[in-house]
Order: sequence, then structure tokens, then C-alpha cells
Amino acid sequence: MNVVLRLAWRNLWRHSRRTWLTIGAMVFSNTLLVFMISLQFGMYGLMIDNTLQVFSGHMQIQAPGYKDDQKMRQVVPDVQPLAARLRSELDSETIAARGWAFGLASSEERSYGIGIYGVEPTFESRVSNIPGLIKEGRYLEQNDAMEIVIGTMLARNLRINVGDELTILGSGLDGSFAAAVVVVAGIFDSGVREIDRNIAEMPLGTFQDVFYMNGAGHQVVLLAPDLDQAEALQTRVATMLSANDALVVQGWDELQPGVKQAIQADMSSAFFMYGILVILVAFSVLNTQLMSVLERTHEFGIVMALGLKPGRLGRLVMLETTMMGFIGLLLGAIAGALFTTWFTVNGFSYPGMEEMVAKFNLPGRVYPRATLVTMFAGPLVVFLCTLAAAIYPALRLRRLHPVEAMRTN
Amino acid sequence: MRMFVVLSRLAWRYLWRNHRRTIVMLSAIAVGAWAMIFMTALTRGMVDQMIVDGISVIPGHVQIHDPDYLDDPSINNRVAYSDAELAARFEDLDRVAWAARVRVPAVVTSERESRGVTLLGIDPEAERSFSFIDYDAVDGRFLEGPDDNGIVLGAKLADTLETRVGKRVVVMSQDPENEIADRGFRVVGLFHAEMEATEESLAFVGKRTAQKMLRIGDSVTEVAFVGDDYRDVEPLYSKVVERVDDAVQVSRWTEVDTYLGTMMGMMDGFMLIWVIVIFLALSFGLVNTLVMAVFERIREIGLMLALGMKPAMILGQIIIESMMLLSVGLLIGDVLAWATIKPLEGGIDISIVAKGMEMFGASSVLYPNLDVDDVILANVVVLVLGFFASLSPAWRASRYEPVEAITKV
Repeated sequence: MNVVLRLAWRNLWRHSRRTWLTIGAMVFSNTLLVFMISLQFGMYGLMIDNTLQVFSGHMQIQAPGYKDDQKMRQVVPDVQPLAARLRSELDSETIAARGWAFGLASSEERSYGIGIYGVEPTFESRVSNIPGLIKEGRYLEQNDAMEIVIGTMLARNLRINVGDELTILGSGLDGSFAAAVVVVAGIFDSGVREIDRNIAEMPLGTFQDVFYMNGAGHQVVLLAPDLDQAEALQTRVATMLSANDALVVQGWDELQPGVKQAIQADMSSAFFMYGILVILVAFSVLNTQLMSVLERTHEFGIVMALGLKPGRLGRLVMLETTMMGFIGLLLGAIAGALFTTWFTVNGFSYPGMEEMVAKFNLPGRVYPRATLVTMFAGPLVVFLCTLAAAIYPALRLRRLHPVEAMRTN
Repeated sequence: MRMFVVLSRLAWRYLWRNHRRTIVMLSAIAVGAWAMIFMTALTRGMVDQMIVDGISVIPGHVQIHDPDYLDDPSINNRVAYSDAELAARFEDLDRVAWAARVRVPAVVTSERESRGVTLLGIDPEAERSFSFIDYDAVDGRFLEGPDDNGIVLGAKLADTLETRVGKRVVVMSQDPENEIADRGFRVVGLFHAEMEATEESLAFVGKRTAQKMLRIGDSVTEVAFVGDDYRDVEPLYSKVVERVDDAVQVSRWTEVDTYLGTMMGMMDGFMLIWVIVIFLALSFGLVNTLVMAVFERIREIGLMLALGMKPAMILGQIIIESMMLLSVGLLIGDVLAWATIKPLEGGIDISIVAKGMEMFGASSVLYPNLDVDDVILANVVVLVLGFFASLSPAWRASRYEPVEAITKV
């Protein structure tokens, strides 16, 4: 081993209790950071997936302005042929056309205002998870059947079951009175209260008849193979549509601005907390290294008098800090990984969490997502701040005067 | 007592013997304390605002309903008491405002669009103590009495419906026999709310007008009570319970809106965890400082012991030193927190993530709330835990063998 390295290593263990306490501060923060960051990214991923898989998809083709107003007359004309064309041109099956209208649903006993989607039964299951969440009965099958699927809470509130009739009242595209009697084919349970209480789906063909849509709809939903490829797909679709001003393609972050912003808001408060933790560790290191430099003033004076340059002493102090920081980084990452792995297997939950995260379409138990980034991002920042904290003690050495230093005790 | 003064003076002087170390540690404690209080004030402010906004949708601190209403909010589940009976039961309640309302799901239709809303039939006079909305910031006018024939909509809803003050809309709901109950209303006012969801989902009409339209005589679906403090509704709750029988169910607001109820409980838990995490990060540095402080004066401690000072005095002196360090650091941190929060009390604009905050149920302006109880809790937790953390180094210091300690180099 190199002499300087050996010197630094020995200096480090001069006060082993002090060194271990400083490393302890690093390990504590690192463990917490690894766990929190993994948990956070696990939650964000779920939040995006769960929200997008319900209705919005990765992008939608709509009439301009529809996203904000959802007005009946902001239509996509000939929506089914458009969806079919996109499917063949993009060679993708995860594309489906929809219509949306507001209506009053009346059973024998009750009436509620609900949002009604007209969907393509064959393709809807490829862009939305609702068809897979049917709890009773079955999902829609024929494009022109007079049937409907509704959420569990709506079914309970309307006091109806599979096979019962439901009257739908609303207004058609031209403003005329729209009415239909449909049979409940199935009941879905998405677990999201708002959706289970307020949403129904009927076949697009039936929807277009009932609401006098004349072949039009309100959206074409597209799902990319995964979120990372969504942007490329969106650009492609946008170029395909560029000839047509009456249509725009909206990305998921525009369709669901809440999700992205909730993540941003949560991230900024989380990063504030992480920042504080890191600063506190840095203070700990600063204190330790300052002490270790001050108590060696006498010794440093001697070696300087023997001809050692202050720059080399400064590098020695930095080397000591690097060693200490590295031990902290390693132990912290290991402890963090073990801690996090336990939760990736068993999931993480606390009392009241289910109620809270349901707002973000999350289940009551979340699993942290451990990746190389989440494992090392936190510890690396702590490591760098550790080094930064040692700069001041190291620089102090430059002002050291050998003779004076030797006199101090 | 005199001993305590002597020990304190000794501890204070020791503290400043190595002023660099003390200053670094003080900065760390101050930053930690600042972060604890600052973060708590922000979160507390957010949750308070959420609850205030949330209660304005419920509103009231305690409500009575038909026992089935919360599960099935339908016109068929009405409060069993007549107007006269309600007055007889509740008129002797002191410092409590109460209001009876009709709350039903309904559909509002303009020439262009229809949307689902929560229709509220209210007596504006009785509602004055409740804060659904800001009654003074209504475009047009608010309702003038229970017989008012107009309707007040949210500005956002009016936008979607493409209607405005002076125009007519049709409101549809159901009567107890499940016949469609509908009626035309003239829009007399538009209200504005912090949250878009409120503006989209509430519509106000006169209570008696609503009762006539729904054909329910003079019955209502809920009676709401507002007392002194939403944090402590138990006194009000028990007063209301005393005055009713089994025909109705009394609920606290935390039960009507379980999300907000959970949030309030979680807030306190979060705050404690945050304080403890920061303390733990600090504790490594604190113990380190004490260990060093003891180490560098082993000989003096030995001398004092040899001269007859009791080990308990040494223990006391180190602990006093630690408490002084913590108190001064906390004091600086408290002042710092106060100084940074005060200028922000007018509200922090975070509308850049407004949609995200709305997912949490929070508004886009954050009003930090510096709660004295929170500040006390943070300080006390740090002092108490700090006391325990300093026990070990203090104990070690008091256990030295005088002769060994004096001869230690």
C-alpha cells in the first residue's frame, strides 16, 4: 500500500469512536434516502400507470378544446374509420375510438347523473383496464347491442343488478332529446370511488344511435408499448394528423395534468427533506474533520518544518474524508438495499395510507422500486457533500505556519 | 442550587473553549430546528387549508342524517324530523349555528350541455355561519331567501354549460316515487371557489323551492351544525346526540369526509416522524461533539475527581453542556423559522402545480401556519431525546479513575 494511503487510513482510526459516529450519520441518512427514493419512484410509476390505464391512455386524438370543456359538439368525425386507419397504418392494436356524453340514468327506484362512454367492445380492453375489472356479468360484446356496463357503486345506488333495465336520458349532438332503454350486461369494480360511482360504458354503435352522433365520437385513445415510447408515437400521430386542423393529439401529461403536477409537488417537498438530511450529515463531517485537523496542528507543524508542502497535507485530509465517505457510501447503500428489498417483497403500508393514496389511484400497499439509480443517487450526493464539507478544514492548512503550529499543544 | 449555577458556568465556558466546534454544531442544530418547524408549518398550513376548504363542501362540524344516507345519498333517506321539530330540538343550543338543507344529486341542462351536480336547497339566512363559498364574491347575486326562484352555479360549470347570469337552465332529479322531478331556474349568480371541483359540482337553490320541486313537503336530507373549533367537535357532537333519537344518525365531519379525517390524523404522525428523523441525523453529531469535548479534557476531569468532585457532578456538567448547546441551537432555529415563515404568511403561490394539489384536495395557494404547539413539540422532542443521547458520553466521563485520567496523555 502506498505510504500516503496508509497514513490516511491510520489517521482515520485514531479516534475510532468519532469516525464511526460520523460514518453512522452517513449510513443513517443513506439508508433513509435509498428507501425513500425507491418508495417514491415506485409510487410515481404506479400512479402514472394506474391513472393512464383507466381511461386516458398515453395520448388521445380529440377536437381542439375538447380536453378542457368536454362539450358534446367538439367531435371527432367518423371516429371508427379513423381508429381503424390508425390501427393499420401504425400497425398497432392498442388504439380505440370513444364517445362521451352526460346523461341521467334511471332505474325503477333511483336516478343519477352519470358520464357515459361509447366504446368499441373489441378494442377497449386493449387501451383500458375497465373491461378486465368486470365483477359480475360480462363486458360489452356487440357494437350495436342495447347494453351497458356500470360501476359497483352506481349499481348499488341505482339498486340494480346484471340483467336489469336502465333508462338513459340526455341530449344528442344536435341538442335534441336523447333516450334509450338498455340492459345492464356487467358491473365493474375499479376501486376508484369516483369512477365506480359516476361512469358507465355502452357500445359505440349504440351510443352513436342514441345520441345522434352521426358516426362521430369524441376521442381516439392510443397506448404505446410503454411510457418511454409514448412521445415518439405521439410525434408520429401528430405528423399523420397535420393535414387536419380539426383534430389534435394530446399527450398523457396534458390529459392528466394533475398526475404530473402531483408528482412535481411531492418531489419538491421530498427533495427539501432530503436536502436537509444531507446538510446535517455535511455538518457532522465538517465538525469531525475540523477537529481532526485542529488536534494535529502540532504534528502538522513538524512535518511542514521537515519540508512537506501544505498542499499535500490538504490532500491527505481530503483522502481521509474520501475514505470515510466511501465507507459510509458502501455501508449506507448496503443497508439501504437490504431495508428496501425487505419492503419490495412485503410491501409498505401505514395506517390511514389506503384512504389517502386512493386519491391517486394507488392501492393501500405500495412496493418500492429499487433500481441502480435509486440505490446510489442518494448515497452519492451524501458522498459529494461529505467531500465538500472537508474543503474548509483542508484549506485551513494553507494558513498554517510551521513554527507557530509546533508551539501549539 | 448554587452547585447548579457553578456547574452551568463551568459548562458554558467549556462550550466556548473550542468555539469552532461549538459554532459548527450550533449551525447544524439551528438548520435542523429550522427545517423541522418550517416544513411543519407548510404542511400544517396545507392540511388546515384542505380541511377549511373541505368543510366548506361538507360543511359543518357535525351533521345529522337518516341512518342510511351516508351509504345511499338519495332523496328517499331524509331526516325524520319536521321543521318545527328541528327548531324545538335545537333552538336552545348555545354558540352553535345550524342549518337544515336538501342535498340531492341532479342534472343541470342548458340549451347546449348537461352536467351532473350536487343540488343544495338552502335557507341563505341560516347558512350565513357556514362557508360553502364566499357569499360576497358572487357575480350577480346570491339567493335571497328559501323561496328564491333563482339558481346559483359555479363559474366553471356555467362556462361548460355555456350559460350566464340571466339565462335559464333546467334542473332534473327524482322525487321519492322515482318520478323525474324537474324545473326551470333562472341563473341569478355565479360563485367562485378555490378549487375547480367545487365550482363544477355545486348548485344552490332556495330550500323551499327545492322541496316543492322534489315533492318532499318540508323535509330535508341533512342538518348541519357548526361550533367553535373543527379540531375539537366532541362537545358539539355530544350536545347534538343528546337532542336526537334513533331515527337519525349523528356524524362528525371526519366521518362524512373520511379522507380529510385521515389527513388530519396523519399530519400529526408525519410531523412527529419528521422531527425524530432530523433529531437522529443530528444526534450523531451531538454525541460526537460531547465525546470529543470529554476526550480533550480527560486530565481535567481526572483532576476534579481527585480533588473530590463527585462523579454525579461531572455527569451533570456534561449534560448541562449538551442541553445548553441544544437550547441555543434550537433558539436560533426557532427565530430563523419565525423570520422565514412570517413574510410568507400572505400565502405562497404554487398554482404551477395547481392540478396536482387538487388531487391532494389542496388549493393552489399555500398558507404556512406557524402553530405554537408544533414549535413546542419540536423543541421538547429534541431536548428530551438530546438528554438521553448525552447520557452515554456523560456517564463515561464520570466513571474515569482519577489517577488513570490524570496520567493520560
